[in-house]
Amino acid sequence: MLFLQFTILSFVAVTATAVVLTRDPAKQAIGISFYGLVMALMFFIFQAPDVALSQIVIGAVALPLMILLALTKIRRHEDEQRAKHKEKKAA
Amino acid sequence: MKRRGRMIFFLLSAAAFAGVYLWGLRGLPAVGHYRGPYGDVLNRVATYERHVTDIVTAVNFDYRGFDTLGEEFILFMSVIGGSVLLRRQREEEKSEHRDDNLADESPERQAPEPSDATRVLTLALVGPLVVFGLYIVAHGQLTPGGGFQGGVILATAPLLVYLAGDLKKFKQITSHTLVEVGEAVGAGGYLAIGLAGLILGGSYLRNVAALGTTGTINSGGTIALISLATGLEVAAGFVLLLYAFLEQTLEIQLRGEK
Repeated sequence: MLFLQFTILSFVAVTATAVVLTRDPAKQAIGISFYGLVMALMFFIFQAPDVALSQIVIGAVALPLMILLALTKIRRHEDEQRAKHKEKKAA
Repeated sequence: MKRRGRMIFFLLSAAAFAGVYLWGLRGLPAVGHYRGPYGDVLNRVATYERHVTDIVTAVNFDYRGFDTLGEEFILFMSVIGGSVLLRRQREEEKSEHRDDNLADESPERQAPEPSDATRVLTLALVGPLVVFGLYIVAHGQLTPGGGFQGGVILATAPLLVYLAGDLKKFKQITSHTLVEVGEAVGAGGYLAIGLAGLILGGSYLRNVAALGTTGTINSGGTIALISLATGLEVAAGFVLLLYAFLEQTLEIQLRGEK
């Protein structure tokens, strides 16, 4: 059991570092999804199955999704600004 | 120079943090050696006092039910805040669109059509997912889980519909008035159950309902009822949030489909 706990904890540490070291936010969202999954597994191994249940939905699905949606929104805004800028130049 | 100064500052604070952290770690009990009395006491008495088998849910919805009420309203307020914030921006962008019909349907933004495999798998999973979510909500007093866990599971069901590419259905489900009603009824229900305890039992959130037989779905008294209310509130709240976030993308995608 202790071996499992050590393994999962080091796995959490590795994936968390990987998420932090990823520079592109879109790739980071995918990374954080995997990290959420590993976290859920950790909660399960540490005998907190109810926390694992919510973690798997929030951490692996909801959070990355919201990051991705926020990103598309920001990018669309940037595109619009750029298009406006071009129009002004053309006029 | 500036970079070097920053580096020195970082190393100093990192060293200080590591010192305090290691010092703190030394005071922790060994893995699996729980010290406090409360967990042990509750483990012994909760099954007799409340007729439940999942002590965590009993703690959440009964022994410290008032704290959970606050937590639930944190979620409630953030959902409201999120949708209010996004709504204003949506109207702004709509008026912008009327002025100059900006084509934000640039080709690389268009999501590819989901493959048949994705479509079949996601749609086939919707039913089992809803059943599983309801099961987790209803069995909070018996097995790990409860209102919050089941609620978030339920909220992912419309997401599967979205993944399957059925945008119109997704919009129908998530923008339905019943979602908002569910959110309100769920949050208000928790309060009302607490008030019932105050009126019938003399203190807020007192477990006044019949406790039932331990191990059956009717056990736990108000614990099961609060779990249901929380499940409703959490599921509706997350669906509302999903819709608030996805709405703009959705409008554009639906326009593209036409």
